[in-house]
Amino acid sequence: MASIHAKKFVSADPEKCVGCCVCEYACSYEKEKTFNPTKSRIRVVRLDSIVNLSVTCRLCEDAPCVSACPRDALTRSEETGLIMVDEDKCNGCGWCIEACDFGAIMLHPEKKVVFVCDLCDGDPKCIEWCPEEALSLVTEDILAQKARFGVVRKLFQETLRTV
Amino acid sequence: MFGYAGRILRIDLSTGATRTEPLKEEMAKKYIGGIGLGMRLLMDNSNPGVDPLSPENPLVLATGPLSGTMAPTGGNGHAFVSKSPLTGAVGEAKSHGFFGAELKRAGYDAVIFEGKSEKPVYVWLDDDDVQLMDAKHLWGKSCIETEDAIRDELGDYYIRVAAIGPAGEKLAKIACILNDHSRAAGRTGMGAVMGSKNLKAIAIRGTKDVNVAKPEEFLEFVKMLHERMKGPATTKYRTLGTPLNVLVHNSLGALPTRNFTNATFEGAEKVSGEYLNERYIVKIVGCSSCAMRCEHIALVPEGPYKGTSTRVEYEPLWAFGPHCGVDRLDAIIKAMDLCNVYGLDSLSAGNIVGFAMDCYEQGILTKKDTDGIDLSFGNGEAMVELVRKMGMREGLGDILAEGVRIAAEKIGKGAKKYANHIKGLEMTGYDIRGLKTAAIGYAVSFRGADHNRHGAYGLDLKGTVDRFKVEEGRAKLVIEIEDLYNIIDSLIICKFSRGVYYEGFGDLAKYYTLATGIKMTPEELRLTGERISNLGRLFNTREGLTRKDDHLPPKVMSTPIPDDTVSKGSYITQKELDFMLDDYYQCRGWTKEGLPTVEKLKEISLQDLAHMVEEKVNKPRKGK
Repeated sequence: MASIHAKKFVSADPEKCVGCCVCEYACSYEKEKTFNPTKSRIRVVRLDSIVNLSVTCRLCEDAPCVSACPRDALTRSEETGLIMVDEDKCNGCGWCIEACDFGAIMLHPEKKVVFVCDLCDGDPKCIEWCPEEALSLVTEDILAQKARFGVVRKLFQETLRTV
Repeated sequence: MFGYAGRILRIDLSTGATRTEPLKEEMAKKYIGGIGLGMRLLMDNSNPGVDPLSPENPLVLATGPLSGTMAPTGGNGHAFVSKSPLTGAVGEAKSHGFFGAELKRAGYDAVIFEGKSEKPVYVWLDDDDVQLMDAKHLWGKSCIETEDAIRDELGDYYIRVAAIGPAGEKLAKIACILNDHSRAAGRTGMGAVMGSKNLKAIAIRGTKDVNVAKPEEFLEFVKMLHERMKGPATTKYRTLGTPLNVLVHNSLGALPTRNFTNATFEGAEKVSGEYLNERYIVKIVGCSSCAMRCEHIALVPEGPYKGTSTRVEYEPLWAFGPHCGVDRLDAIIKAMDLCNVYGLDSLSAGNIVGFAMDCYEQGILTKKDTDGIDLSFGNGEAMVELVRKMGMREGLGDILAEGVRIAAEKIGKGAKKYANHIKGLEMTGYDIRGLKTAAIGYAVSFRGADHNRHGAYGLDLKGTVDRFKVEEGRAKLVIEIEDLYNIIDSLIICKFSRGVYYEGFGDLAKYYTLATGIKMTPEELRLTGERISNLGRLFNTREGLTRKDDHLPPKVMSTPIPDDTVSKGSYITQKELDFMLDDYYQCRGWTKEGLPTVEKLKEISLQDLAHMVEEKVNKPRKGK
């Protein structure tokens, strides 16, 4: 079994993300050597001015994209949780795209096979470039910790001020 | 080409015919993009004396070489250029957001809209596919409703839209073109030109690669800009935002109040950036590719305008606030929001409300004219109602929507004395009675009353010069910034980022070359800025503007600042203005009438337009 600190993924803090798309450019350049959001593994959603969030692969434990693939082109790494695409097997049918709840796996506009975040070998360029420091590498456990500690800090803020 | 898409799209709205033509490298280098390229395309594609609202007046939409790249603030700009129905001079307005980058990705550096559609249409640019779509069902809708409706009906969330509202449809001369919900190409009535073509909106989805010539060095440069953008040069925009100006201008006696009656506002605290941020701002967001974030989104928490939300900047806040004597931020925010709904330039709209209030106070307008509205200075609710009337062109609003110059002519009874405009464009939020370097820039700006063509107020406000003095050498300072600003608006980068290019032309020339691969020295770039200034001047000369059009607003030249403040008693005399113009024209190498000389045009590689001045220059030139 991998440790509790394995299987990290990129998550955006909705309080900090302003929808500037710098992550998309950083990703498309790192992966494809061009500036083109349609080739980025992380995509920005702006619903209106104040509702913005970057979305990318969350390395689901029981990944629906993997289950949905009729050609066994997708596998999930036991060790890192990354979704790996066998580009020879993938025929761009899009079942995995439909299965993903987050729109995180997409069809490459030129290769016509799917592509998804691979965490840049553990050093994601989107995180490096994000001007708001809104992106971070987290695990589900870290997310839970953040929420848990946040709420307790809030509940006891009066006490914390006096100690 | 790198940076550039290398293509210009021409759409004839009368026939529906479209064609693309290459953007030649020589043209790209000489005019950069944005307003530079747009103004040259306007010059080449229109005839002298063209009626701005006729099918013969082209509307040019242009991006720059940085659009669609990761360049912070540079990646997202676009400009509209046309002959302005408001001024009769060159009209141009920039906007940021997401729209410009999308146009570049669709593969165009510029689009020229010609002719006039028989019926309301919108243009749908789906990469190479260009279609005119029926817009009957969108006619009458607000800019934001139009944007959302188009995205819905075309079924793609990432489509970017620039649209006009009812004001543009009804040819209000202060109509803007709004994109991405809150960003406006506001000034000089570009929305009316779009409306005159029956063009409701431009919808774009671009999926092509945008590549730069030297990607690794380019990214290194971008990284450096990111770092600089976290520093002091942009603090103002990232914290309180431009409304910080309210208290600064107020303390310096430079906050035009009640239509330039005063230069300080007793209600300044209540409309200050500090007050605004504490009580109204809910989030600060950014444009595509930007490493700063300046867009302050306000939400009215209570009262009659509860729930109104809009982006707030100093200029519209000033125009609807101090300029109208209004100290209620909720009403100011509502008025700004209505400008976005109807598609009005909020700066001009606020200025015009202040003018109407002044006329009302002077007895030139009465309740009979205003449909019973009490237009006293400070009446926030009356202000909101008048904006609605302008947007719908109802009653008095119909006249006011023509812009302050024409409105004053129509109202008569001496209203002209209260119409604060230059070349027909409404005045902005700097009291230039006591900012005499800025005053030069305002007077000569090719698009009329404008702080953004020269930024010379900075020299005055920061105390770099004695702001109450008129003296030789000031014009030179103004020109340096003017030429730089032309490059900023052509690249297109955001003016809020201007402080991060420490080396000025040096940084920008490097930026340009890294993106495009086209060699550009700092001196060549400066010369390009000068070329664009002269191009604007030539266009205006072609359209009949002369020295007398380099004027200042009537109140700036008639009403000394009465307030008990540092600027008390200051105003600008005709003698001072004449001195400023002489100094400026001389520094520019123009004639005493403000006409570029043939020698000057040769020097800046505009000899192909020399014929435009040859017939106007009487004195014989030295032969070589």
